[in-house]
Amino acid sequence: MTAITDPAATLPKKQSRIWRKLRANPAALIGGAVVIFFVAVALLAPVLPIPAPTATDWAAVRQAPSAAHMFGTDEIGRDVLSRMVWGAQASLLAGVVSVAIAVCLGVPLGVAAGYLGGWTDAAISRMTEALLAAPFLILAIALAAFLGPSLTNAMIAIGLSAMPIFIRLARAQTMSVMTEDYVESARAVGLKTGALVGRYILPNIFPPILVQATLTIATAIIAEASLSFLGLGQQPPAPSWGSMLNIAKNFLEQAPWMALYPGAAIFLVVLGFNLLGDGLRDALDPRDH
Amino acid sequence: MLAFIGRRLLIAIPTIILISVFVFALQKLLPGDPVLAMAGEDRNPEVLEYLREKYRLNDPVPVQYFHWIGNALRGDLGISLRTNQPVLELIAEKLPVTIQLAVMALVIALAIGVPAGVLSAYKKGTWIDWIANIVALSGLSVPNFWLGIMMILLVSVQLGWLPASGYRPFSEDPLQSLRTMLMPAFVLGTAIAATLMRHTRSAMLSVLKSDYIRTARAKGLAERVVLVKHALRNALVPIVTVTTLLFGELLAGAVLTEQIFTIPGFGKLVVDAVFNRDYAVVQGIVLCTGIAFIFMNLLADVAYRILNPRMRDQ
Repeated sequence: MTAITDPAATLPKKQSRIWRKLRANPAALIGGAVVIFFVAVALLAPVLPIPAPTATDWAAVRQAPSAAHMFGTDEIGRDVLSRMVWGAQASLLAGVVSVAIAVCLGVPLGVAAGYLGGWTDAAISRMTEALLAAPFLILAIALAAFLGPSLTNAMIAIGLSAMPIFIRLARAQTMSVMTEDYVESARAVGLKTGALVGRYILPNIFPPILVQATLTIATAIIAEASLSFLGLGQQPPAPSWGSMLNIAKNFLEQAPWMALYPGAAIFLVVLGFNLLGDGLRDALDPRDH
Repeated sequence: MLAFIGRRLLIAIPTIILISVFVFALQKLLPGDPVLAMAGEDRNPEVLEYLREKYRLNDPVPVQYFHWIGNALRGDLGISLRTNQPVLELIAEKLPVTIQLAVMALVIALAIGVPAGVLSAYKKGTWIDWIANIVALSGLSVPNFWLGIMMILLVSVQLGWLPASGYRPFSEDPLQSLRTMLMPAFVLGTAIAATLMRHTRSAMLSVLKSDYIRTARAKGLAERVVLVKHALRNALVPIVTVTTLLFGELLAGAVLTEQIFTIPGFGKLVVDAVFNRDYAVVQGIVLCTGIAFIFMNLLADVAYRILNPRMRDQ
């Protein structure tokens, strides 16, 4: 009789192989560095030597970038760099929290659908299809509109809109893991559902969920910026990259720097998450082993 | 094929019913009494009671749903609070503008994405492939509303080549209409081009490994013929499917693009409705896009079967 290897035992070896592959991918490393830079900026915002993001200076309205204001000032004399640094908190928080909402709701539903099958699967799958039918941003706009405009509601709206992707992914992965020999034998020795899911299913469906979560953070950051740009996310005077662009579009001729820097920040951080997500996908791809 | 379409339509029915339940449930998310939101400043109890009766808000929720869906099935999605027009009429009025924008964006995306994907796959591992991949990933990462703002700054403000706004319907002045839509269509098409490029590259890479490509080359056919007539033709199957499925992205992108370039289309309608608390319009739009998306999925499946002979008899 062939011995069944416990997948948990091979985990450290697998992790070091994934890490090695990730380190050998320069694009993923650049992506990771960009993400770390923005996270550090967001966390260090309170201790950085910059003016308060809401401090106005009527003597310095729409000033071009200078030594005093590296990224210039906005229409009421607020420092653009300071608003961008504090705006990074809103953007990254929105990205992470909304994906956490999507994962925490989507993965249990997906695992339940894949594990239980039958009517549970049919009901969850139909619900997922219905949610996927509305385009991501239109659904998020509609939810944000009905919930009311605020950063918290934008995060809930984005999280709920992103949830179906995780339901589908977790369902498909669970169904695939369920056919593995080690799950079969664990079931045969009478392991309870909770232990089976916690010990065998969740650890094995984790890698693709992690890749999808990284890529969805990028989408969620753009979605938050889009909602804030439309006035449905972070409310003024609190800074956010999207709402800064919303104001900046009215002063394009007089103060182009107001639009240039916040947009470039969104682009860079989203590119960072996309590069990192792509790198993680390549590193975790079992076909390359 | 007809039996296949019929079967798919039957499967779509429960999904459409669920979409309608979601859309109906949206209004239940409204904090507080929806009648107070509708009445605005007027808090006269008689007016509030009249509105409650009119919108059947005194009925149990399931009864309210069946009343709402019954009307929707007859094409009555309610009346816009802002313009007093029927919602369906309003959507039908704005839709051609967005369709023009989406078609132009798709043409631009196909013109950029497919050749770039073919070239990138053909030159795999070279600097051309590397640059094409970086450009595609950048296209996916750039927020299209920022790209729109930057394009206005460069093309309209600095160079004065194209207008930043001033939409003209195609039927009135085709040339001016194309001029005003060119920049928004480019902005909207960028992310789609990036997605298409990645899918084309991946489809071409798998086709280029096939035996029939080796045979075509062995026969001494010109590389261009092998690439276009043999490889691309077969790689087109997944590309066509993906293009059909990009409909949702086009519509979502149109919301922001129309806002930046002040184009009076479907996207601008939804944003205006949100800010005017015109909830019937928001619900109508979500319902219509959801149903349209299901039909685009069906179209993708049909296209896939038509293009892939092996699928036809299954």
